[in-house]
Amino acid sequence: MTVTEVIEKLGLHVLTSKEVSDTKVTGGYTCDLLSDVIANSKTGYLWITMQTHQNVLAVAKLKDLAGIIFVNGRQPDKDIIQKANEEHIAVLSTDESAFSISGQLYQLLK
Amino acid sequence: MLKDYKADLHIHTCLSPCAEVRMSPATIVKRAKAIGVHILGISDHNSAENTQAALEAAHRYGVHVLPGMEVTSLEEVHILALFDTLESVLQLQEMVYQKLPGENDEETYGMQVIANADDEVLGFNQRLLIGATTLTVEEIVNKIRSLGGLAIAAHIDRESFSLISQLGFIPDDLALDALEISPALSYEDAVRRYSPSLPLIHSSDAHKEDEIGRCCTHFLIDDANIGEIRKALRGQEGRKILR
Repeated sequence: MTVTEVIEKLGLHVLTSKEVSDTKVTGGYTCDLLSDVIANSKTGYLWITMQTHQNVLAVAKLKDLAGIIFVNGRQPDKDIIQKANEEHIAVLSTDESAFSISGQLYQLLK
Repeated sequence: MLKDYKADLHIHTCLSPCAEVRMSPATIVKRAKAIGVHILGISDHNSAENTQAALEAAHRYGVHVLPGMEVTSLEEVHILALFDTLESVLQLQEMVYQKLPGENDEETYGMQVIANADDEVLGFNQRLLIGATTLTVEEIVNKIRSLGGLAIAAHIDRESFSLISQLGFIPDDLALDALEISPALSYEDAVRRYSPSLPLIHSSDAHKEDEIGRCCTHFLIDDANIGEIRKALRGQEGRKILR
């Protein structure tokens, strides 16, 4: 399943430009501690978090993640979105909680 | 003349809900004097209301106190702030109080005792000092620096409330003066593990009396103040960290 398909099925808001979103999603990981995401996420994962510090982008790039989903309607700074466009990392958001969106993504990918 | 000053720059008083009630400012200063610690950083969670008492006690006993605070950021990162003057730390406190939601629950988190230099209880702080502010690490560090203080990332080796646990790595553009390691790690192991681009300090993060001075940083400096310590951290004018 691609990021675009996940966006459609879960009704996510896309904060980056749309053409970067056809990456294949291999799984998901939900955590706000960046050290743990570095340790445990894998290539192609969608990362669900409420952490909007600019370091999230470097972690997503380092781990070659498919994208980041910010929960509870959290909006990252504009420079994060601009950098994400340059790095071809999908930055998405939802008004739902981490629990809810993780459950839905899990159902979709299982 | 340059001298070896032994500094424990991270100590909690009875104002921090997680510290022992016996950790009065005067008790801390007397203990430091007894065990030969020359410089103390008084750093309660999100408050500096016991720093005046600590400064007064320090004056009586001939120990140096740097008034400070351990601020909790929005990302739940602990940043240690240290200053030369009470006025500066109170300016930081003003900003922190505006951005610190919640009320303390003594049964759950502990008492937050405000004391004077004679070990008398002046009152209890009602704010949720153990909580997080809504300030980002950048906002906190920039405010500390604009007030002339030292901004130090606290206990970076800890798995909670540290810059590395919360944000994965040290953000490049953060204007920190130093990184602190906890007593859980030796100085040598810390250097090996982090290959730090910033100076490392070691401090006790004492919450109990017998923890004061269990880890210290030795500075070769001319006087016990922020400017001298900053020079030592940067290795300027012969000032340096001796371990």
